[in-house]
Amino acid sequence: MNNVIVSGLLLWIAPGAFGPQSALDPAANSARIIAGLMRDFTILLGIIFLIVIGVAVASLMRRHRGIEQEPLERAHLPSPETENRTGRIVGAASVLTTVILLALIAISASAGKAISDRAIPANALTIEVTGNQWWWYVRYLNDDASQIIVTANEIHVPVGRPVMIRGTSQDVIHSFWIPDLSGKRDLIPSRITTEWFQAERPGRFRGQCAEFCGLQHAHMAVWVVAEDEASFEAWRRAQLQDAVEPATPSQQVGQQVFLSTACAMCHSIRGTSAHGQVAPDLTHLASRITIAAGTLPNNRGNLAGWISDPQTIKPGNHMATIPLRSDQLQPLLDYLEILR
Amino acid sequence: MSDTATPPYGLTQESAEADRAALARTWANAKGLLGWLSVTTHQAIGRRYIVTAFVFLLLGGIEALMMRIQLAKPENTFLAPARYNQIFTMHGTTMMFLFAVPVMEGMAVYLVPIMVGTRNVAFPRLNNFGYWMYLFGGIFLYVMALTGAAPDAGWFSYVPLAGPQFSTGKGVDTWAQMITFTEISALCVAVEIIVTVLRMRAPGMSLNRLPLYVWSMLIQAFMVVFAMPAVMIASTVMLLNDRTIGTHFVNPWEGGDPLLYQHVFWFFGHPEVYIIFVPALGFISAILEANSRRSIFGYSAVVLSQVATGFIAFGLWVHHMFATGLPQIGEAYFTAASMMIAVTSGVQIFCWLATMWTGRLRMTAAIHFVFGFIFIFVLGGLTGVMLSSVPLDLQSHDTYFVVAHFHYVLIGGALFPLFGAFHHWFSKITGRMIDEALGKLSFWLLFIGFNVTFFPMHILGLNGMTRRIYTYSADLGWGSANLIATAGAFLIALGGIVFIVNALTSMRGPVNAGEDPWDASTLEWAVPSPPPNYNFVYPPVVSSLTPLWTDPALRTVVTGLRTDRREVLVTGVTEAEPQFRYILPGSSIWPFLAAAGIMIGFCGSVFAFSWYFVASVLGGIGFVGWFWPRRPVEVAP
Repeated sequence: MNNVIVSGLLLWIAPGAFGPQSALDPAANSARIIAGLMRDFTILLGIIFLIVIGVAVASLMRRHRGIEQEPLERAHLPSPETENRTGRIVGAASVLTTVILLALIAISASAGKAISDRAIPANALTIEVTGNQWWWYVRYLNDDASQIIVTANEIHVPVGRPVMIRGTSQDVIHSFWIPDLSGKRDLIPSRITTEWFQAERPGRFRGQCAEFCGLQHAHMAVWVVAEDEASFEAWRRAQLQDAVEPATPSQQVGQQVFLSTACAMCHSIRGTSAHGQVAPDLTHLASRITIAAGTLPNNRGNLAGWISDPQTIKPGNHMATIPLRSDQLQPLLDYLEILR
Repeated sequence: MSDTATPPYGLTQESAEADRAALARTWANAKGLLGWLSVTTHQAIGRRYIVTAFVFLLLGGIEALMMRIQLAKPENTFLAPARYNQIFTMHGTTMMFLFAVPVMEGMAVYLVPIMVGTRNVAFPRLNNFGYWMYLFGGIFLYVMALTGAAPDAGWFSYVPLAGPQFSTGKGVDTWAQMITFTEISALCVAVEIIVTVLRMRAPGMSLNRLPLYVWSMLIQAFMVVFAMPAVMIASTVMLLNDRTIGTHFVNPWEGGDPLLYQHVFWFFGHPEVYIIFVPALGFISAILEANSRRSIFGYSAVVLSQVATGFIAFGLWVHHMFATGLPQIGEAYFTAASMMIAVTSGVQIFCWLATMWTGRLRMTAAIHFVFGFIFIFVLGGLTGVMLSSVPLDLQSHDTYFVVAHFHYVLIGGALFPLFGAFHHWFSKITGRMIDEALGKLSFWLLFIGFNVTFFPMHILGLNGMTRRIYTYSADLGWGSANLIATAGAFLIALGGIVFIVNALTSMRGPVNAGEDPWDASTLEWAVPSPPPNYNFVYPPVVSSLTPLWTDPALRTVVTGLRTDRREVLVTGVTEAEPQFRYILPGSSIWPFLAAAGIMIGFCGSVFAFSWYFVASVLGGIGFVGWFWPRRPVEVAP
């Protein structure tokens, strides 16, 4: 109850009172413009609502007047003067409605222009996002092929620099939506859609697939980490590296488990012989906030549970259950944990 | 015209009584199961539509409650994901295709012929056929669902998700074929309504004397004629053929286009909303006129607004697709069209408020529902204005904000008026008054329950809760609002139970409603409650917009129609001047047989394409039997 009342009353007054995934708590130009527009619409339309309901309630309240004084008549026709006066009021209200709507169209169009694809600055960082049932393939495009980063389910962006998302899909239609940063854009197979935003403050923002995409639509989240230019650059450099080599014997065993079981059929770890392309790239798995596309926080316990039994945590997802003995699982976890 | 104590001008009580007895014989329905299946009187078929639709409302409501239980708390395990996806698909499909449209059709089939002063719809056997198609489609869907083949790709079945690669099993095929059944049914009724309204009105009922409810049904029927073929193209031609014979219309990997499906689906899907909503506007006008005891303020404005609604409704489907990234100029057009439809709704709301203000309002249960309509629908309409703005839509599309919005417009805009209409016309259809106190109680439960359920969803949506998710994590902060919404859903269920109990107990009372308990003005209040199969002993002659206020005993009538066969008067399209007599067909088993044959073939086609040939043969036999030329039955006088 508190949540609703607080959200309702402090809709725009108290940013930060919202969850990690809220259109009312903008952190980028696009979301901020839309939140401002939403505030203007809500105030104006709210006033209209109150007036209409006020008139409706008043007309119900005044019903007894005539009835008590006059004998009940079968049909009652107001005088022509009353009808004319009412007609003028109804006409004026209709004209006013049209004018208000035209004004709303105008402010909506101007906001739309500011956030539209045509306004994408030339220096935008271009990130390709490909929807998959039920995870996100992420690739940072670059004219220099050696600078291309591939990752999954987590996107880092520098604050203050425009970012363009080029979206498509590998299977069904998905929709990429980070409410704190911008509106959503559908990811459609055989098509490329674009959107852009420019983060205005650092933070971790959650998003999730907004277009129904099948069984695990509920568990298809993505995190966007907005950070200052230096941190972003450090992250980018780290992501460009191949995976670290296992150091301890246990880690070496773990790597062997990964490469010799079905894991490597689907996943890649750059710098090893694992080149699977149908599942998230795990080269820097340990650097991510979550696993299984935002389903679980990334820690050893969750990772163990996920690897042992993915179908209970996210029923129907496409990760196979690979039977591992405990003396295989523990080294595997030791290895995956160093993939920072 | 039952009131033979004051017989029509120029007639004696005796001759009127003799004509009544003859008509009762001519219009009597055959007895027995065969007779029951062969019925062609519009009252019986209308009642069947209404009762069937309410059964589906109950099923859809139970599905809604199951979803609300699942979402009441984070990480709930009441429903498995596969089951949840089936249930929200069934909920949407049931409410849109098996409840909302058919119930509006049913009300129209019952009311329109009486309101225009004739004896039946223009095509009585088609009417019977349409009902069976609807019933078979609904049963087919639920039988398949209960055997495990429930559709699970949403009520919209977007491709490629609903395509053969990603939806294996028979669920989506069942869904697509069920659409065919219900759309055929809707088209049947639409054709009947159009012809009945345009050619069978009482003499003198020129178009500018047409009751507002009949206007709204006429507009709705035309919308059905243009919109329903689009969904059949989407669901049957594209989706079903892609699934069964590999046509690749909408398969992106073989040169098809998934957005084409969305365009065609929403070209139907948006008008669909108005197909449900426009009849409800007619209910509001009828209830308000009777209970304000004045004719609706601004008759022409209301009619023109509804006509405009009918046109504009076809020009805004793209606002369901703003997130697909269409060119901005196109989006701007659809924004403008979407907002302009608010003007037409606004004009009507203003006219109704003016009617309430200047009338002498009687606070019946039906008027309570009208108030609920104004409150809920206006709020939903205003969030609709928000959604028509591209930037706002990009944040709220496919979130619970949209769920809140369309439940406000559909429940507020259609269900509350329908419940109001149910209380208003209950006496006409059953002959018994419905309990007003229980009616008001159910109103308050539904009204409060509705707002408690759906208002928090606006905030949930803006706080990032997307649609069609079977669960959510506790850290997202959506738990308490969802719990409130679930509590509200149970309040709605309680209101629904009170409503059902009220209807059932009121039905057990004696037939005592009389002809016109509300002192209303339109022709249906001139016939006995419940109306006889022939409605009017003599077609009335209408001289005003409010015939019963002008001529309460309705003593100016047309005489000379034969009473020994099912004759009706055909009148001119605009002025309703009498033109000729026309014989309507009586009962026949053939429409049922044709529908059954088509059902067998269409249901089979979900499993093998060759069953379409079975449908052709069996349906063909049915139609040949149906249209086999016969002489009109002559009954000796």
